[in-house]
Amino acid sequence: MKFDKVLVANRGEIARRVLRTCRAMGYATVAVYSDADADARHVHEADEAVRIGPPPSAESYLRIEAILDAARRTGAGAIHPGYGFLSENAAFAEACEAAGVVFIGPTAAAIRAMGSKIEAKHLMASHGVPVVPGYQGEDQTTARLTSEALAIGFPLLLKASAGGGGKGMRVVRAEDELDGAIAAARREAMAAFGDDRLLIERYVERPRHIEFQILGDAHGHVVHVHERECSIQRRHQKIVEETPSVALDPELRAEMARAAVTAGEALGYRSAGTVEFILAPDRRFYFLEVNTRLQVEHPVTELVTGLDLVRLQLLVAQGQPLPVTQADIQPSGHAIECRIYAEDPDNAFLPATGRLRDWHFPPLEGLRLDGGVEAGDEVSIYYDPMLAKVVTWAPTRAEATRRMVRALETASIQGVRTNRAFLVALLRHPAWEAGETDTHFIDTHFPPEARGVPADPERDRLACVAATVALAEQAEGARALLPSLTAGWRNSRWRDPEQRWRLGEAEREVRYRAEGGGRYRVTVDDEASLPVRVVASDGPTLRLAIGDHVSAYRVVRDGAQVWVHGVRGSTALVALDRFPEEVGEAAAGSCLAPMPGKVTQVLVEPGQEVAQGQPLVRLEAMKMEHTLRAPRAGVVAAVLAEPGQLVEADAALVRLDEA
Amino acid sequence: MRPIATKVDPRDAGFRDNYAAMRAMVDKLEQALAASREGGGDKYTSRHEAKGKLLPRERIELLVDRDGYFLELMPLAGHGVKGVGPGAGVVGGIGVVSGVECLITASEATVKGGAINEYGLKKSLRLAEIGAANGLPNISLIESAGADLPNQSKIFVPGGQTFRDITRRSKEGIPSVCVVFGSSTAGGAYIPGMSDHVVMVKDQAKVFLAGPPLVKMATGEVTDDEALGGAVMHSRVSGVSDYLAQDERDGVRLAREIVGRLNWEKRGRVAMQAAEPPLYDPDELLGIASADVRRPFDQREVIARVVDGSRFSEFKREYGTTLVCGWAFLHGHLVGLLANNGILFSESANKGAQFIQLCNQRGIPLVFLQNITGFMVGRQYEEGGIIKNGAKLINAVSNSEVPILTVMTGASYGAGNYGMAGRAYDPRMLFTWPNHKIAVMGPEQLAGVLDIIRRESAEKRGEAVDEKQLEMAKAMLRMQIEKESDAFFATANLWDDGIIDPRQTRDVLGIALSAALTREVRPTTQWGVFRH
Repeated sequence: MKFDKVLVANRGEIARRVLRTCRAMGYATVAVYSDADADARHVHEADEAVRIGPPPSAESYLRIEAILDAARRTGAGAIHPGYGFLSENAAFAEACEAAGVVFIGPTAAAIRAMGSKIEAKHLMASHGVPVVPGYQGEDQTTARLTSEALAIGFPLLLKASAGGGGKGMRVVRAEDELDGAIAAARREAMAAFGDDRLLIERYVERPRHIEFQILGDAHGHVVHVHERECSIQRRHQKIVEETPSVALDPELRAEMARAAVTAGEALGYRSAGTVEFILAPDRRFYFLEVNTRLQVEHPVTELVTGLDLVRLQLLVAQGQPLPVTQADIQPSGHAIECRIYAEDPDNAFLPATGRLRDWHFPPLEGLRLDGGVEAGDEVSIYYDPMLAKVVTWAPTRAEATRRMVRALETASIQGVRTNRAFLVALLRHPAWEAGETDTHFIDTHFPPEARGVPADPERDRLACVAATVALAEQAEGARALLPSLTAGWRNSRWRDPEQRWRLGEAEREVRYRAEGGGRYRVTVDDEASLPVRVVASDGPTLRLAIGDHVSAYRVVRDGAQVWVHGVRGSTALVALDRFPEEVGEAAAGSCLAPMPGKVTQVLVEPGQEVAQGQPLVRLEAMKMEHTLRAPRAGVVAAVLAEPGQLVEADAALVRLDEA
Repeated sequence: MRPIATKVDPRDAGFRDNYAAMRAMVDKLEQALAASREGGGDKYTSRHEAKGKLLPRERIELLVDRDGYFLELMPLAGHGVKGVGPGAGVVGGIGVVSGVECLITASEATVKGGAINEYGLKKSLRLAEIGAANGLPNISLIESAGADLPNQSKIFVPGGQTFRDITRRSKEGIPSVCVVFGSSTAGGAYIPGMSDHVVMVKDQAKVFLAGPPLVKMATGEVTDDEALGGAVMHSRVSGVSDYLAQDERDGVRLAREIVGRLNWEKRGRVAMQAAEPPLYDPDELLGIASADVRRPFDQREVIARVVDGSRFSEFKREYGTTLVCGWAFLHGHLVGLLANNGILFSESANKGAQFIQLCNQRGIPLVFLQNITGFMVGRQYEEGGIIKNGAKLINAVSNSEVPILTVMTGASYGAGNYGMAGRAYDPRMLFTWPNHKIAVMGPEQLAGVLDIIRRESAEKRGEAVDEKQLEMAKAMLRMQIEKESDAFFATANLWDDGIIDPRQTRDVLGIALSAALTREVRPTTQWGVFRH
């Protein structure tokens, strides 16, 4: 089945990344989108785009029929599923086949075979691929569980068969703990899932997550494209990946690669896939699962091998043999990927939402940015909060790390909380430099209290200066009267104009004086004033000489909100207005009749506490009934009117005291 | 237009000495200005601020657009006069409010409670005149104890003009906005009373014809400030106030809002070019303008440090050379300049009159740079009609319709003051350099004339001249004239609209010009009869 138009059944960065290769290879492209993504980048970048439903994934990106319908309507001959969504859905692969559309990925059978973790494990074990020793039999007697446990060896893990989320999970380190642990795990499993069946697994301490990229074609070839180490995770999701892994020597690498290829061959694997292992400190490794799709972290592999994995997927999908042999694949250098998530490292990495006010990565040698968003985009609650992948390559790990730190440090991402600064701290940690990465890396080195961005008064002070000057420069361009006159001109200067800023809880006062030609005199709070000069400016990026120190500041603004990104990091500021916010005019302590009329009802009595806006009196006037409400919260001091009474305009009807 | 080629050498000893002398005068000016900014001094300003009130200058700074200009006018009015506080109790000037150039005044509440004295009244009336002449919306920020009662005789009668001016401006379509921050009572109550737009600050404004004690005396009624003339009463009941401000900042905000929706448009049109700074450093003006006005200097060197790109298109360069005339752009606006390069002869006076006629026909504003010791005297010159030629210049200046700005860059003696658009000739604004001297003639000449007259009269009486007494009388006169012709004396007496640092001349003229262009520029070819 030949095709020349590809539909990408995904969104965000992966949709853009797949579209890029499709375009480069001369394919016509089709995007699909939910209502939340109507203006998303991938929609703009495809030749055609088709709406597939409302924002929730279940009603859009997971709707097989809608996607196939989009392919039919646009005449797309193939569908690339990206990762996530329908990428590992065998039914979708089958539905594509039934609809006469090429599914760019493995066969439905391979997907199905790897879909069940238990079956996958059995299959791999039967082909001699090492799996984590364990027991998941129907015989749940204590005697059987004990004997199986002893056979597996310690430490081991007891898990609820029905479980997940760590409930009913226990690590057992010695035989004498076993009885008690089985009893406790059963109780917890019963309480949590209503099912006390347990499974037992060897517990691997301080494991690393190592995976091998494999590629297969319809002609029986399977090659591996070396490993990626993805040990650094939070909330069971990888955030930093690299290749090669420092934990592998050539011997171990060859051994694991062989296992990966064996796994691929066992599945008759076609397209790109990933065989995941855990690696114990004792160099033993165990099969974990096969991801039957293009992996999020595939770019690191591409950077060290020079291969375009999506291109290879497309070739294979066209029925062509892989154009590379195992011998052709010779990686060079080191690549690292960091995932930028919209999330709050300070708050258990919970996803964050909002509108991106800035999204800027200065160009850098060896940097690849696979992004799904641009400044102005809304990060919604509907989808995975991963915004982009920052990937760097260099001849050595240390250099790739340095480039990564540089890329992340110079990136200005504003408006939505992200893990950018956390990633910088992570890559600066000595344990990263030492290559001591395991899946507990974050919990070990970054306990919850150590994940935030440290306070930096100097950073904030400079941000105040930069923000003030940026605003002044902006105003400079907008002056209509005598624009050639220095801004804020005075012949007898009393005090310099002030700009007050709020930074979190703190307030700072900046006084500034324009001296013409991009020169300013700036005073922060009561500190000595500083000469500031705009050395250069390029859109929101200003190069400022503050005192005798020159550096770049990126200043973006949205109404009163301003974000400054400088060499010391980011600061969010709110410009405080010179004038007070509008205060509702509350009659001081009294409720007055707005016009002459008759009191029909008095709704409160003396001593009663009232809330602001609570009805106090009803008045009939000009044939209308008016409800008079409490201008503020307080206590009724006196009721000065009674029902039926005729009152003049401005007569006090109820007097209020402060609560 | 070609740039003026400078002949100034800043390394020259004469230049450096002159610079030092001028610098000392500028420093003296800055000290006087600094003192004027202190208002009533620490004690009264802290007392004022302790009440949670904004200082008058703070109110102005808030009112003016954050990056807009404010040209303070007559900051040294009453300077050195006994019993008259800084700025004569009023801060005033031209500033940009909501993108509109406005004439702004604020009572100096920390000086005698903002009470109005003779100099303050003169200053207020002159500010109002500048507002009216240039068609600028007027904003008054009021907090005044009213008339300085012991001196009421000097202000009561002329003071009435204050209120007359407001309504005459209103009739002409020039709005007055008034924000009442405190007392504005008795006569002062007519400022809000006459203004087109009135804001009163809650719990602070007090506006009534008579306060509670006087009311009690007059009618026996017992009342209090708030009920009698508070912001709430005037906003809700009397209608004297249009806007009830929650606090001072809110009051200023409302004033800005009012100006922002005046539907205001400047009417003055003049040819514009993109502004460019002068080629030469304006700082050199201190080395150029003579600290001793008896020493002449070339005004082209001044023009070269005032106008755009130092470019100057000179008129009749080879004729009547003691009056330099020509066109230039100033902060982008086309202007005609007249500057004294020596005493006025018949030729220079005729040339000036012709130049003024040319600029009036084309609707080009005029800038006069005065450094004039007078018209040439002597038989030959009288025969040559120096009077009728001087009269032509005065005729042209008097009947000119385009905006005129005058800068006193040195001497201003005798009828030269008139021919060169002195104060009496209604220039839209007039500014003074600190080296300026002004009098009917120089102190030396005056003493000399006295000497001659005394000797002649002694001779007539056949008496001997008491040389010692004559010397003393001459010295006394010289000293008195010296003092009374000084720039600081002139500015204290409101003979100008402000004394300025010469280096600010370009900017001050730019602002004055821009403000003057609020009114339509009317070309004219109508003059009094010229005596040929």
